[in-house]
Amino acid sequence: MNNKSITQFFGFGLLRLCIVLVLSALAVILYDIFHKGGAIISWEFVSEMPKKGMTEGGIFPAIIGTFYLTIITALLSIPLGMGCAIYLHEYSKGGKIARLIRMSIRNLSGVPSIVYGLFGVVIFVQFLQLDTSILSAGLTLGLMTLPWTITASEEALKNVPQSYRDGSLALGATRWQSIRTNVLPYSIPGMLTGAVLGLSRAAGETAPILFTGAAFFLPFLPKSFSDQFMALPYHLYIMATQHHAIDKVRPIAYGTALVLIVLIFCMNFFAILIRYRLRKVKME
Amino acid sequence: MYEFFCNFNSISIKESKNGMSVEIIDKPMTKLNFAKSGVKDKLEKHNVKASVKNFNFYYSDTQALKNINLEIKDNTVTGIIGPSGCGKSTFLRCFNRMNDTIPQIRYEGEILIDGTNIFNSELDVVDLRRNVGMVFQKSNPFPKSIYANIAYGLKINGIKDKSFIAEKVEKSLKDAALWDEVKDRLNKSAFALSGGQQQRLCIARALAVEPDVLLLDEPASALDPIATAKIEELVHELKKNYTIIIVTHNMQQAARVSDYTAFFMMGELIEFDLTNKIFTNPTNKITEDYVTGRFG
Repeated sequence: MNNKSITQFFGFGLLRLCIVLVLSALAVILYDIFHKGGAIISWEFVSEMPKKGMTEGGIFPAIIGTFYLTIITALLSIPLGMGCAIYLHEYSKGGKIARLIRMSIRNLSGVPSIVYGLFGVVIFVQFLQLDTSILSAGLTLGLMTLPWTITASEEALKNVPQSYRDGSLALGATRWQSIRTNVLPYSIPGMLTGAVLGLSRAAGETAPILFTGAAFFLPFLPKSFSDQFMALPYHLYIMATQHHAIDKVRPIAYGTALVLIVLIFCMNFFAILIRYRLRKVKME
Repeated sequence: MYEFFCNFNSISIKESKNGMSVEIIDKPMTKLNFAKSGVKDKLEKHNVKASVKNFNFYYSDTQALKNINLEIKDNTVTGIIGPSGCGKSTFLRCFNRMNDTIPQIRYEGEILIDGTNIFNSELDVVDLRRNVGMVFQKSNPFPKSIYANIAYGLKINGIKDKSFIAEKVEKSLKDAALWDEVKDRLNKSAFALSGGQQQRLCIARALAVEPDVLLLDEPASALDPIATAKIEELVHELKKNYTIIIVTHNMQQAARVSDYTAFFMMGELIEFDLTNKIFTNPTNKITEDYVTGRFG
């Protein structure tokens, strides 16, 4: 082997090592959770209320709570995020104000989630008097996911060739007609994919719901969006650190983690599926 | 007219199989060349369709077009030639105000179409663009079926009558000499067409909304010689019903298809005259150097 191929051998070897390290970290986490959490998973675990001070029983209310929470988050962040992205990318192109807005949005996505939690308390819980509720927590999470939704939606719009817009404008379409009929249909799969990926991150967040509505334990299911709720990530946090019999509830904590991870995988898979389906339909 | 097209197409393809396709393109198509005596008088009978008066155009601080003055006659083909970056595409895109989509542009002067200044603040740019169709350099079919591509312009203009749309689609495709090639697969994706077919589809799409003026921005620059010949033949046919302005990089093409030629350089209109005059006896030395291939 000459000098050049030795260098190449070590270069590629190093890159391979990076991949192996990353994948093995993921594998260890997944193995740990599936191994220790798998034993407790049963129909009862996902469909029953917690019992005996949460040392037995299931995590049904936490699953339902996370489900409701995600709905509120989606209702706020998807339409608002898409609207902002369409405005920024299609209407206000190039302006200084648009650049300022875009920069602020990028910065917002770097704000720690606990700060959003505090913001939610001040705005939704206290100022708007929504109390600690699914609504407050969902809106807080919605705000937190907005920067991701906007950025993903803008990327999706960027991927639509300019020639589609020019082509329809040249036929006498108004800007809105051109966007509605010749830009949105081709960008919505990307937008939805980005939005669902944002939602799946929001569903796993603890800090923003900590002060805005998540409850330690509730013996009943939430009846409306103004009730408090239990949520999977918060439940996991409690079971892992706050419970009075931590060692005893360790399996429940692992089970909760497993359910949460599977749920998020499902959402991500769903996101890929809609992208694939919509793309196929549109290309016909 | 339609039969005539079919004949022409089949002949040109046959000849190409005998290895003669290059000749077809390189020799000036005498059929297309108007440059005979008496043509000038005939052309002068045409009415003025559009006139450009003291027109200046700026991209933020850069002046792209300098004091342009010219008149375009109806039912003629006006070719715009010039070296890259001379402003010919910019000039073309002024006629349907497509430059409006670019931030920080500015213009002075007037472009009148049928006597109306198109920069008049009361004029709706949407109406203008319906009236002044455009075909782009790179064919840009929409990711829809062939049928939906043509119907698109009608639908956005509020036409819902399905049978009317179907008739219009057929007529536009026939006018663009594409009908025979696609009539059995109207519901297939437009992306499945060849480059030349896609460009004729874009022409058909522009024709469907019944414009008066047709702007062609180097419509054949990405096409092979046979597809180019078809587009040129089509342009010649279309000028019976439309006023056509065509930007081209290819001087032979300008000589073949246009009645009038405008030569642009560095944003200035160097010379504008009958095509025959520009190519055989230009007034300006720079024009002569350019059309004889001494630079550019």
